[in-house]
Amino acid sequence: MSEAPKDLKYTRSHEWVRTEDDGTVTIGITDHAQELLGDLVFVEAPEAGSSLEAGTACATVESVKAASDIYAPIGGEVTETNAELEDSPEKVNESPFEDGWLFRMKPANAADLDALMDADAYAAHVEAES
Amino acid sequence: MTLKKTPLHAAHERAGAKLVDFAGWEMPLHYGSQMEEHKKVRAGAGMFDVSHMRVVDIRGPQAQAFLRYLLANDVAKLKTEGRALYSCMLNERGGVIDDLIIYWLGGDAYRAVVNAGTADSDIAHMQTVAQDFDVSVEPRPEFALIAVQGPQAVDKTLPLLPEDLRSAGELKPFSALWNDEWFVARTGYTGEDGFEVMLPAAEAEGFWQALLDAGVDPIGLGARDTLRLEAGMNLYGTDMDTETSPLTANLGWTVALKDAGRDFIGRAAVEREKAAGVQQRLVGVVLEGRGVLRGGTRIVTDAGDGVVTSGSFAPSLGMSVGFARVPAAAADAERLEAEIRGKHLPVRVVRPGFVRNGEPLIELPSG
Repeated sequence: MSEAPKDLKYTRSHEWVRTEDDGTVTIGITDHAQELLGDLVFVEAPEAGSSLEAGTACATVESVKAASDIYAPIGGEVTETNAELEDSPEKVNESPFEDGWLFRMKPANAADLDALMDADAYAAHVEAES
Repeated sequence: MTLKKTPLHAAHERAGAKLVDFAGWEMPLHYGSQMEEHKKVRAGAGMFDVSHMRVVDIRGPQAQAFLRYLLANDVAKLKTEGRALYSCMLNERGGVIDDLIIYWLGGDAYRAVVNAGTADSDIAHMQTVAQDFDVSVEPRPEFALIAVQGPQAVDKTLPLLPEDLRSAGELKPFSALWNDEWFVARTGYTGEDGFEVMLPAAEAEGFWQALLDAGVDPIGLGARDTLRLEAGMNLYGTDMDTETSPLTANLGWTVALKDAGRDFIGRAAVEREKAAGVQQRLVGVVLEGRGVLRGGTRIVTDAGDGVVTSGSFAPSLGMSVGFARVPAAAADAERLEAEIRGKHLPVRVVRPGFVRNGEPLIELPSG
């Protein structure tokens, strides 16, 4: 069974969101998502500086099996992308919640985070999908 | 519908396989990481449960005449007992009903191995055609099939074979030997050396376990697909089907037209197509930039659109490769473009076949 850390927020499309001390948020895909995708071979993250609306497809992760869109969990501006994934996309498989993060954002409205699921709701969502 | 299970189903479950529906069979897609399994076959040895494929024995005084009419390749080329031939079985329109391997067992006996997804319709077709010949077509579903592939496959497998079959190490590629129960062929679907072994279902688990103990890892159908793609081998239903002719599937070399006196099903259609000029060809494509070619990816050419039939990331090469069916006028171009998520990315055009015996067949970008 894949894990979903309690301190993160989650989307129905299997992204996770962590609020950092400086108010930015880090975004990645869940352990469940990486398990479904299998071995990742490319990650195309949004460019730093671009502004995203909640729910828009903003990144792509490609595994041996399939390409999958990543959706912006909330609106805001991209501040940083995980450059290490360029050469080591497998980090998303190995460490989806830590080393395998995809990008960071400055939320347009921090309250938008409240609309996301907590770990229990996400676990129930995964259960219902399978 | 209940999925069919091979004699190795329990072994797959014990090994933690991710099981999926493949042509009505519950088969292992991978046992953890498709990528690692792929690399294991290129560097060491891996084994595949291919018991879903069907063995069909063809016997009788007119077995050769029957097969020379049934198949696009010519079994008269088989001069040595145990030799094998790769062939398409065509319909009257020249479309591919299936691709198969046929072995000559000596005398008037042959053995075919056909794809799982088409097995039932293949056998029905064979039996219909066989009505005009003095021949019997007998499916042998009691066999389990295990493919052991990789540079270490032969060494690891030999000591585990029945004693009277251990000379299998001297088999040439595309040759087989057998006893009353087992059948060992130096064939495969990976571009590596190895064996495909047919054995009684009751002995399959024991042999599988012995191979595991010898350090041969189980490999799922996911890696089987990327291995065959790198090796430049077509997949039935993906790279060709009843609506495509072998000439547009890079399989012209398997259609034996030399003996003008040999009629075979589909011959007239293939000859008409050849005379009129083949409109499309299947080429190899290499995407050197980031991204992955997939089945269905559009190929843009000056002569019109083409399409990727098989495409994937190639684990042995670190980039994406594929087969693409393109207008014949574009097939000799050095480069074409693939449309991936709205962007046109350059692809290099090569002969299908990217890796053989662990070595790249294509030039890799430096660095």
